[in-house]
Amino acid sequence: MNSAIVSDLYAALPEIFVLVMAMAVLLASVFLTERNRYVAYILTQITLLVAAFITVSTHTSGVGYSFNGMFVDDPMADVLKMMIYLATSVMLIYSRSYIALRGMYRGEFFALVLFAMLGMMVMVSGHNFLTLYMGLELLSLSLYTLVALDRDNARATEAAMKYFVLGALASGMLLYGMSMIYGATGSLDISQISSSLMNGVPDHAVLILGLVFIVAGLAFKLGAVPFQMWVPDVYQGAPTAITLLIGSAPKLAGFAIVIRLLVQGLEPLVIDWRGMLVLMAVLSIVIGNVTAIAQTNIKRMLAYSTISHVGFLLLGFLSFNPLNYNGPASAMFYISVYVLMTLGAFGVILLLSRKGFEAENLDDFKGLSQRSPWYAFLMLLLMFSMAGVPPTLGFYAKFAVLQAALQAGYVWLVVYAVLMAVIGAFYYLRVVKLMYFDEPLDHTPIAPQFDVSIVLGVNGLAVLVLGLMPQRLMELCAYAIAHSL
Amino acid sequence: MFESNILSLSIWVPILAGILVLLTGGDRNATLARWLALAGSIAGFVVTLPLWTRFDRADGGFQFQEGWGWIPSFNIHYHLGVDGIAVPLILLTSFTTVIVVLAGWEVIQKRVAQYMAAFLIMSGLMIGVFSALDGILFYVFWEAMLIPMFLVIGVWGGANRVYATIKFFLYTLLGSLLMLVAFIYLFHQTNSFEIVDYYALPLPLTAQVLIFIAFFMAFAVKIPMWPVHTWLPDAHVEAPTGGSVVLAAIMLKLGGYGFLRYTMPIAPDAAHYLSGFMITLSLIAVVYIAFVALVQQDMKKLIAYSSISHMGFVTLGMFIFNPLGMEGSMVQMISHGFVSGALFLCVGVLYDRMHSRQIADYGGVVNTMPTFTALAVLFAMANAGLPGTSGFVGEFMVILGALQENFWYAFLAATTLIFGAAYTLWMVKRVYFGELTNPHVAALKDVNKRELLILGVLALLVIGFGVYPQPITEMTHATVNQLLSHLANSKLPGGTF
Repeated sequence: MNSAIVSDLYAALPEIFVLVMAMAVLLASVFLTERNRYVAYILTQITLLVAAFITVSTHTSGVGYSFNGMFVDDPMADVLKMMIYLATSVMLIYSRSYIALRGMYRGEFFALVLFAMLGMMVMVSGHNFLTLYMGLELLSLSLYTLVALDRDNARATEAAMKYFVLGALASGMLLYGMSMIYGATGSLDISQISSSLMNGVPDHAVLILGLVFIVAGLAFKLGAVPFQMWVPDVYQGAPTAITLLIGSAPKLAGFAIVIRLLVQGLEPLVIDWRGMLVLMAVLSIVIGNVTAIAQTNIKRMLAYSTISHVGFLLLGFLSFNPLNYNGPASAMFYISVYVLMTLGAFGVILLLSRKGFEAENLDDFKGLSQRSPWYAFLMLLLMFSMAGVPPTLGFYAKFAVLQAALQAGYVWLVVYAVLMAVIGAFYYLRVVKLMYFDEPLDHTPIAPQFDVSIVLGVNGLAVLVLGLMPQRLMELCAYAIAHSL
Repeated sequence: MFESNILSLSIWVPILAGILVLLTGGDRNATLARWLALAGSIAGFVVTLPLWTRFDRADGGFQFQEGWGWIPSFNIHYHLGVDGIAVPLILLTSFTTVIVVLAGWEVIQKRVAQYMAAFLIMSGLMIGVFSALDGILFYVFWEAMLIPMFLVIGVWGGANRVYATIKFFLYTLLGSLLMLVAFIYLFHQTNSFEIVDYYALPLPLTAQVLIFIAFFMAFAVKIPMWPVHTWLPDAHVEAPTGGSVVLAAIMLKLGGYGFLRYTMPIAPDAAHYLSGFMITLSLIAVVYIAFVALVQQDMKKLIAYSSISHMGFVTLGMFIFNPLGMEGSMVQMISHGFVSGALFLCVGVLYDRMHSRQIADYGGVVNTMPTFTALAVLFAMANAGLPGTSGFVGEFMVILGALQENFWYAFLAATTLIFGAAYTLWMVKRVYFGELTNPHVAALKDVNKRELLILGVLALLVIGFGVYPQPITEMTHATVNQLLSHLANSKLPGGTF
């Protein structure tokens, strides 16, 4: 066999393995009876474990291109993939009993999760407009289906419909923008686009138009204002386990695609896209935080909170400057912290749900500290972390992006962001208030499965422990960015 | 090993004790939780004692320093150290924690372990604030202590506790976040979070003024100064007795400490430039808030307003830039820690028996609680600034300092001796003396041994420091002089003011 092909395949080994296993899970589930469904679950977890092993063992600190530059294997991709495996695995643990009680514990579920994850991996490693787009679509289509998986649930179906229509629109915009950039530069390859932009392109207007469409498409996928409309509806409508999936790992892939497209590919246009990001950050932070106050549904509240977190994430991107990587590194730190917090918060929501009962109203959290002091304490940590109060990890995430933005000279933006963070603190405090200051409405004992209680405990405490020792995670992000850009 | 880690021990002993108390679980083990908390708080107090005995009073710089790299990515260090300003406040903190644990002994019956743990953890965090020499380390302690206080007011507080505690949290958070921005700005100027590096950093006046305002927001809210004081009466009224004591005795001092440690030395030119503004706000607090205190119907609210008025003295003493004023501020802070803490404990004693804080519900308490009344009147006198009590010393020093600066500052400040006496004594008259009108008051029982112990120790301290304030001034003297000579030098890139 040709050695070039072998090395190409070697670089994409984790993706190939996940693809094969996704199909194997799908195939195996045909033969699984009701009683043996757990085999699909275990197979999926094993897939994640082996994929992680492959990613670690093929890791190098250099950047390797394969498939004629369509695919890149760099430290950032490896680190993000590891985080994606972890987030997916944790999500599966948290949601196992939830989906089992709602008739979704089927092979398709696991296969679709694996396909969605494969899409994320391709997004993380794509180095060409086409690969990136393909990864994005694989992820999006899997997610649309997952939202609608509980097909008798009218609200979930409606959410899936909204998600699909708006998501398709966003994909269209992204693709349209890509085509214009292709027209102006004559290439789809990230590196070639970047170098031809460096050399100067005659038709600047087409470029800017393409850039606007790309930024709009990305903003749709990330859920930044003014393209955020789908986020609350989908978060609320989707079954909580799927909301957890949508809210966690895909954000890491979303981070990667922004890095690949804007920071790597369109780096020479930084002056043009920076302004757009500033505007979106300003709007996302205010609309996310203020609207979250008015919510009574915790999933919807967390959706708006996500929007404001995306605003903070954008602060990291817009502080990018070709001379140092402080901005992207802080954005990567922010998004990893965000995913950790989201996993925990939805984990607690899933914990409170049971057969025939969805814990999704804020009032369902009333008196949690009396029902279960331990889980109330974990949720308290998560809420303070989301609000950015030290010594939790969320503080360092905010600190990182704020210092990057201040270094880039956006003093007013930083002051604005911290003022909005105070507004944001209010609705996180309200959850703590409900848990600690109010009497419980519901006295059903909380008895999670053993694995859930362990993982959720680790997840919640990680927010505190990593908050006391954030250095490793910061270093990891800085390393990944420094060796990849 | 312990020689060099006294500060770490002072911070972590109470925090670990708090975690241990939490582990005792529900209210079935309440007695164990109480005794464990008492042991933890006493241990916490004992480990801070070497700071007092081994402190070199001739040295105005930082002592007991320890430090190592904490977050090298941003050059953040776990760097601790104390000077003459911090040591008295640290001792005040660890001492007050013992008092608070004792004060909540029988009163708190619900979620005892969590209550005790909150105070122990808070104590460690506040000592951390007083001893941090790294901006981010300071900030982490500063914000983290809000979490236990938020829970203390919210869980064990009065009827309107949710409003009060959320207001408390958001108010303080707003101020602190601007301070964080200032720290990040200073970081980008020096590539360091070390406070000592900030002291040496020359800054143009505009930058200094902005930094001053950012720090001002954090510390003025905390101390609190007029007009950002409105969270304090709410928080005090709703908080359980222990919460009020910690708020008044220690948390307010964090603001004063912040001015001395951060605002003034980092932005000395702005401090001079804005001193008129600061003095005006201080005098408004001293005079106007005293009037507000006069009309209060609720005892806790009255003491809360009186605290704001007394804190006006603290800021006044700092911003007249002379040794007498600044040492007076320090004495005033320590004395107010004892006096206001004791006054809140007195209200707590009455509240536990009567479940009312309204002045109108009382009258003639002296007839049924003579011992208690004797102590309460002593603390009231100290609050009014009677010579011979610690309340007098600080106020007198600040007034003398102000007199050196401007006659009218001193004149306005001195009016407090009248107004303070007016609102305090009027309250004493209505609560403790007069006819027995309320049958519930007639049935009151005098203080028990535990209450007598707490109030008695505080009474001894109030009189002791009133007669012999030397230990405090001796401790702060060198540091205050060093600070003032630092403030006398301009940090403007050009040189002079």
